[in-house]
Amino acid sequence: MEGAPLKLHGMWASFYVHRVQLVLHLKGVEYEYVEEDLSNKSRALLLQNPVHKKVPVLLHGDRPIAESTIIIEYIDEFWREKPILPTDPYERAVVRFWCHFVDDTLRPSFGAILRSSAEGQGAAVDNFRQNLEFLEAELRDGFCKGRKFFGGERIGLLDIVMGCGLYWNSASEDVLGLKIIDQESFPFFTSWFESFNEAKEVKEVIPPTEKLVEYVKGLLQKMFN
Amino acid sequence: MATAAKGVVLLDFWVSPFGQRCRIALAEKGVEYEYKEENLWDKSPLLLKANPVHKKIPVLIHEGNPICESLVIVQYIDEVWSNNPLLPSDPYERAQARFWADFVDKKIYECGTRLWKLKGEAQEEARKDMIEILKLLEGELGDKKYFGGETFGFVDVAFVPFSAWFYSYETCGNFSVEKECPKLVAWAKRCMERESVSKSLHDPHKVHEFVGHLKKMYGVE
Repeated sequence: MEGAPLKLHGMWASFYVHRVQLVLHLKGVEYEYVEEDLSNKSRALLLQNPVHKKVPVLLHGDRPIAESTIIIEYIDEFWREKPILPTDPYERAVVRFWCHFVDDTLRPSFGAILRSSAEGQGAAVDNFRQNLEFLEAELRDGFCKGRKFFGGERIGLLDIVMGCGLYWNSASEDVLGLKIIDQESFPFFTSWFESFNEAKEVKEVIPPTEKLVEYVKGLLQKMFN
Repeated sequence: MATAAKGVVLLDFWVSPFGQRCRIALAEKGVEYEYKEENLWDKSPLLLKANPVHKKIPVLIHEGNPICESLVIVQYIDEVWSNNPLLPSDPYERAQARFWADFVDKKIYECGTRLWKLKGEAQEEARKDMIEILKLLEGELGDKKYFGGETFGFVDVAFVPFSAWFYSYETCGNFSVEKECPKLVAWAKRCMERESVSKSLHDPHKVHEFVGHLKKMYGVE
């Protein structure tokens, strides 16, 4: 597989795709990018990811890998320099746990805010903030206490999984007219997010926040009408 | 005889397929551990302290450190005890194994719950979905001895506990797993020949009895 070409099927505003792009960039690995129209998926995409039919899909030579965190672990194991995951088994378990938490619990509870009725919104926001508090606590006095990033001095898997996609929060706060993640309640999380956004590789890879926020606001306005 | 590894405790619930994944992995590695049965309707202070986020089993506590989420636990076990590796060494094969274990995680439990909880059209949809899910998994297994090929591996560990639920799925959904996916049934039988599996899984009728218990609790006929 050494020297085999890399091709990433993605969609420019998908944070799952951003995760993979960021990792490839952090590793200094070159790849070809294929933009997919998700309302009209290419034959190639459907062939490479017949089970879920989603982006991102990474093709290494003719071998497809699907699901963002699985793709990232593959990249990390194939290109071993500048590791994205820690080497210690317990720390790896902690990182994987929190990544599952972000994708299976935190993000769906954010989605619930968007789908809530006027009466249910307060409870949905509270629930999301309670979930976010777990990550705030990790940074404040838990496993990641004193760290610039969840991964330590350098961006790691949890930073990438949590950091990509937070433009959904900005867009939603704007459209709904309420503050969901405020600095007063989440000082450590806010500070971490600033560090993440300031990181050179994040600036180089992720499309401008304004553009992403505009895109999401468009989706939300369609959703609410 | 395997010596007890320093301080390995598993917080678990007898019928949980997620807990069984951990039991199977520990047995495959020959790790001795203390098994602690939890009452899920009266959770112990230890469980609530070890998994404050989800308050769920299984939790593996190794030298005082808690590890949560069954597939995270299985990967941890695989990395700490390197004998009889569950994940292959090739990165692409590892990615494929993770993909299918993740697929089991995303699909089986949720669909199985719909099968016993719902009625009418919704149950019929759950039946169709379950058959589709099982057929996809059977397609991945193909003619291999195990999902891992010749060796019992990560996907086998992730999926085999659900084989004890096949009888319950069939009964609730009115279909036959053997008829729809004969290779899966044969695979499950082969897995049961391994002591790690046969000692961890419960009799399908006992599982179905437990489902009956759940149905009563949720007021399902």
